[in-house]
Amino acid sequence: MKHVATTSRVGRPGIAWAVPGVLFFALFAVGPMLLVVYLSFTTWDGLGSFPSVSGTDNWERLFDDPTMRQAVKLSIILTAASWLIQTPISLLLGVWSAGRQKNRAVLSAIFFLPLLASSVALALLWKSLLDPNFGLIAEIGPWIGIENGNVFADGTSAMAAVAFVASWQFIPFHTLLYQGGARQIPKSFYEAASLDGAGTVRQFFTITLPQLRNTVITSSVLMVVGALTFFDTVLILTEGGPGTDTTIVPYLMYETGFQAYDMGYASAIATTLVIVATAISLLMVRISGFTAMRSTREGM
Amino acid sequence: MKTATRPDHRPSPSAPSGPPAPQVRNDRGVRGRLRGVRKWNIPAGVAALLWLVVVGLPLYVLVLATLRTNEAYYDKGALSLPGGLTLDNYRKVLEGDFFTYLLNTAIVTAATAAIVIVLSVGVGYTVVRTLSRTSQRVFQFFLLGLAIPAQAVIVPVYLLITEMQLYDSLLAIILPISAFCLPVCVLILAGTMRDIEEEMYESMALEGASQTRILLQLVVPLSRGGISTVGVYAALQAWNNFLFPLILTQSRDTKVLTLGLYDYVGQFRVDIPALLAAVVLSIVPIFVVYLFARRQLINGLMGAGGR
Repeated sequence: MKHVATTSRVGRPGIAWAVPGVLFFALFAVGPMLLVVYLSFTTWDGLGSFPSVSGTDNWERLFDDPTMRQAVKLSIILTAASWLIQTPISLLLGVWSAGRQKNRAVLSAIFFLPLLASSVALALLWKSLLDPNFGLIAEIGPWIGIENGNVFADGTSAMAAVAFVASWQFIPFHTLLYQGGARQIPKSFYEAASLDGAGTVRQFFTITLPQLRNTVITSSVLMVVGALTFFDTVLILTEGGPGTDTTIVPYLMYETGFQAYDMGYASAIATTLVIVATAISLLMVRISGFTAMRSTREGM
Repeated sequence: MKTATRPDHRPSPSAPSGPPAPQVRNDRGVRGRLRGVRKWNIPAGVAALLWLVVVGLPLYVLVLATLRTNEAYYDKGALSLPGGLTLDNYRKVLEGDFFTYLLNTAIVTAATAAIVIVLSVGVGYTVVRTLSRTSQRVFQFFLLGLAIPAQAVIVPVYLLITEMQLYDSLLAIILPISAFCLPVCVLILAGTMRDIEEEMYESMALEGASQTRILLQLVVPLSRGGISTVGVYAALQAWNNFLFPLILTQSRDTKVLTLGLYDYVGQFRVDIPALLAAVVLSIVPIFVVYLFARRQLINGLMGAGGR
């Protein structure tokens, strides 16, 4: 980098300012990530005794485990469903609310409410709303074709409920991303397009969508990683059930580690999660080029 | 991130709080719209109204349910209009451990925000200003960290916290939550600090200001927007975190709000209105904050997503 050599070196701080942050992050995040790989080769009950090395036992078990196979499948389904539900809705809402009218401000304030509540609070809310006897679903279910629906009794509908609650919770956030993105599209693009006689729909597909390309990528990656690590809601809504029909990978890890106290095996499951998440993030950096974001002023 | 640092989005320093600021109206604003730049987008408008029902109805049912007696809730169903409203459910919750949970959550939130701000300002400053190979590595180190899901490392974090003899203390959750906030916060702050003019550093340095003075009198004031975004982001993460408290704390004295809510499930097993009152009470504090600091909060949430 020539830039570095020619820039004045006056007033450059040493690296010391970063040391506390780096050490802290290394201790509580990066270190554990390496440790989890090690732990996946051990047996440990999570109590007093220290982990004892057991070789590749956990991994062999992992590859033969039908529950794990099912969990991976369910995680993929949840990820795909979340993306398919959330992306079109939040894209449309975000673009729409990027306008600046008074009622939109009020409406978007309501959209934001789910963002403020914890996933625990929202899961409890939905658990009661979906109660087959006393919940909202008992009253409006018949209108929309759900008769006497105990959604949590059947694997498919329980999974659908999880995907629905996840979308309900996170669409506002992604709407916010798209709103921010849409506001940065230069007005002149639309002016030019309407002079050329392009209608709203045409403008959406020829200007808005291509301009929001980076936002789509960012939002999609966050959705994928979010769905892969979705946990709180499953714990409260379904506890992985009925049977293991909503036991997605993070929940399986929790159950194995902190309910069955099989920490070694839980670590093997967790390592799988780390590998997948890292792969996706690297892909993200490849596509969207985080490192290219050298200055927020660039390209303006 | 652009939004977080754009000068026209910044609230004036003289009025940091107060009533919610009017919707930002920059450049051509309303007039641009009236000239027919973009007309009513009917499909999106319909979707927005539909979504309003999807979001609004559950919240309406939630509030309604908490205002009714247990019997009325079970007899008449979730949507029925209430005969006699009651605040009994709220009383039930508030008489329990609610305030202990709230206090613990407040401590965890404040401490996390403080730790994250101090550490990420230091890292951001180095990354932006040092321009050495090492500082680039530091930045990449944190970018890599974006990929680590908290669930994936919860077993080793549990081991670490137990070994440090911190299990079942508030510190046990403050430390890991802070660590997991850092990558996003460093990213946000590095973005903000890059916008500070090179010349300003140089002139200050030529006048003989120390590094500490440059940091405190130039960098910190000029990256106020980014710093508050980072604070809000960290605070929200801490306020709503469930996994770390679930694994790393146990006793009543260290329970935070989210974990307390989870406990109410057992306590109010046959008393859904009371359980939902607890849910509402857990949202109220942050909603009040939202009313007063709407823009900072939204910037904070946007900052969470990058771009």
